[in-house]
Amino acid sequence: MSDDTIAQPHRRDILYIATGAMATVAAAGAVWPLLDQMNPDATTLALSSTEVDLTGIVPGQIVTVKWRGKPVFVRHRTPTEIAEAENTPLASLPDPEADSKRVKKPEWLIVVGICTHLGCIPIGHEGEFDGWFCPCHGSTYDTSGRIRSGPAPSNLEVPNYVFVSDTKIKIG
Amino acid sequence: MSGPSKFTPKSPFARWLERRLPILGFMYDSFVAYPTPKNLNYMWTFGAILSFMLVAQIVTGVVLAMHYTPETTLAFASIEHIMRDVNWGMFLRYAHANGASMFFLAVYLHILRGMYYGSYKEPREVLWIVGIAIFLLMMASGFLGYVLPWGQMSFWAATVITNLFTAIPVVGQSITDWLLGGYSVDNATLNRFFALHYLLPFILVAVVAIHVWALHVTGQNNPTGVEVKEVEKETVPFTPFATMKDAFGIGAFLVLYAWMMFFVPNYLGHPDNYIEANPMVTPAHIVPEWYFLPFYAVLRAIPNKLLGVIALFSAVLIPAALPWLDTSKVKSGRYRPWFRKAFWVFVAVSLGLGYLGAQPAEGVYLWAARILSAYYFFHFLLLLPWLGKHEKTRPEPESISSSIAAANAVTEDASHV
Repeated sequence: MSDDTIAQPHRRDILYIATGAMATVAAAGAVWPLLDQMNPDATTLALSSTEVDLTGIVPGQIVTVKWRGKPVFVRHRTPTEIAEAENTPLASLPDPEADSKRVKKPEWLIVVGICTHLGCIPIGHEGEFDGWFCPCHGSTYDTSGRIRSGPAPSNLEVPNYVFVSDTKIKIG
Repeated sequence: MSGPSKFTPKSPFARWLERRLPILGFMYDSFVAYPTPKNLNYMWTFGAILSFMLVAQIVTGVVLAMHYTPETTLAFASIEHIMRDVNWGMFLRYAHANGASMFFLAVYLHILRGMYYGSYKEPREVLWIVGIAIFLLMMASGFLGYVLPWGQMSFWAATVITNLFTAIPVVGQSITDWLLGGYSVDNATLNRFFALHYLLPFILVAVVAIHVWALHVTGQNNPTGVEVKEVEKETVPFTPFATMKDAFGIGAFLVLYAWMMFFVPNYLGHPDNYIEANPMVTPAHIVPEWYFLPFYAVLRAIPNKLLGVIALFSAVLIPAALPWLDTSKVKSGRYRPWFRKAFWVFVAVSLGLGYLGAQPAEGVYLWAARILSAYYFFHFLLLLPWLGKHEKTRPEPESISSSIAAANAVTEDASHV
């Protein structure tokens, strides 16, 4: 293409570009449904909530409940565990977050039971920080579900939940 | 290697067809008259062995698909149905599951052959890269297939591997949800994994065809690494010479395959995969199939999620850059004394990583995995470029014929003594 044609585009050039652009848009539009069909559908997206009765959970016990196909840990913490979680200096944490920000009542810790590394389910009361230990790649969490060592990048996620009554929570 | 076809159709029908679609001539030129270097050793039979394994996997896979159900509540039971009820079902499944292992064994030997004899060097760079693409497709197919029995290992392998993508900043979680079709591995995941597991082998067939095409343009490398100079003197026609040798190689390989399949069919499997998938319990010790272990060890060696995932993918992809990382002008490891040592150290390091990938990620194992992972990358990124420039190589033979003549002279000398 010479400088002349760039300086003075023909009507035909505009037509080529416009047609090409429209064809690209149309192709992208046709591809989108083929890709988007793989995304979670409405039945999966519909937020289901799970209610958990806390009365049977004794101090020190961890109960696993299922919420949106994922395990959620409901942990009734002992006074020692609460003290450990609250007295940990934030500077020593890879993902600093105060224990008070992660619980609504200090005795009850509710976290999604999925290791933030690659999705395994950590084992409770294991690991050097008495929280959880992930058997897959060795991440350890403390009694607040915060990452302390290993390859996981962040703390166990705290799901949205409310205390429906003193002895019942609703997750989601 | 190309030129006008030497094929002369004999029957009137062949002549008629050849003028319209020269498929007979194409087959003749590619698999009968095609010149192969005289001095190829048995490491050159793995191409044929791999082609055989791909066909074997497709044939056994198609018939297994006639009995398998890709639905989370039925999948595990349908596997047991295949194992117990379907006529010959147990053998077909064991042939397919062990076939995957044999396929990977053959591909690793094929790749190492290429590394030792410098088969990736000019003019075979594209041939080599297409080969790495085949390896990636094989890994994807192997992983997808491993998920289908819906045992505990299947489920947690699917969880860990799809979660690798969450390491990508910002969009990682969306990509993982898209791959899974939900927030965790579930029915949507199993169903699409089955669809893709059925699709990928046919894409593999197409990419293998491109691989063979590229091979037939450049011609085969050979143990001396010296290119063919006189086609008449230094090559023999593919049929019967390579055909027969390949057939013998396939036969020998089948002995091992049959032994695995009939005598130790679960040796390479994991007992936890005979427990149905349970999304609420991760097995205490999860390991991938043996052919992924070295890469898994690299992933676990790095105590940072994103960097670990980057290292894993780099370890798989870095061989694709070999044509440019290995700077030596001499192709074959035969004439490179230091490269040869480095090659065997690399093999030992890879086997070591494989061993460590199966051990718990703690203590001395973790540190060993870190050292070996570092060496793995050192070999590709520093050692090979440096060796190519500084190594004192031994003289290459003038030609393939002179190398054969020299070898014969040595044998004759020996027989006189």
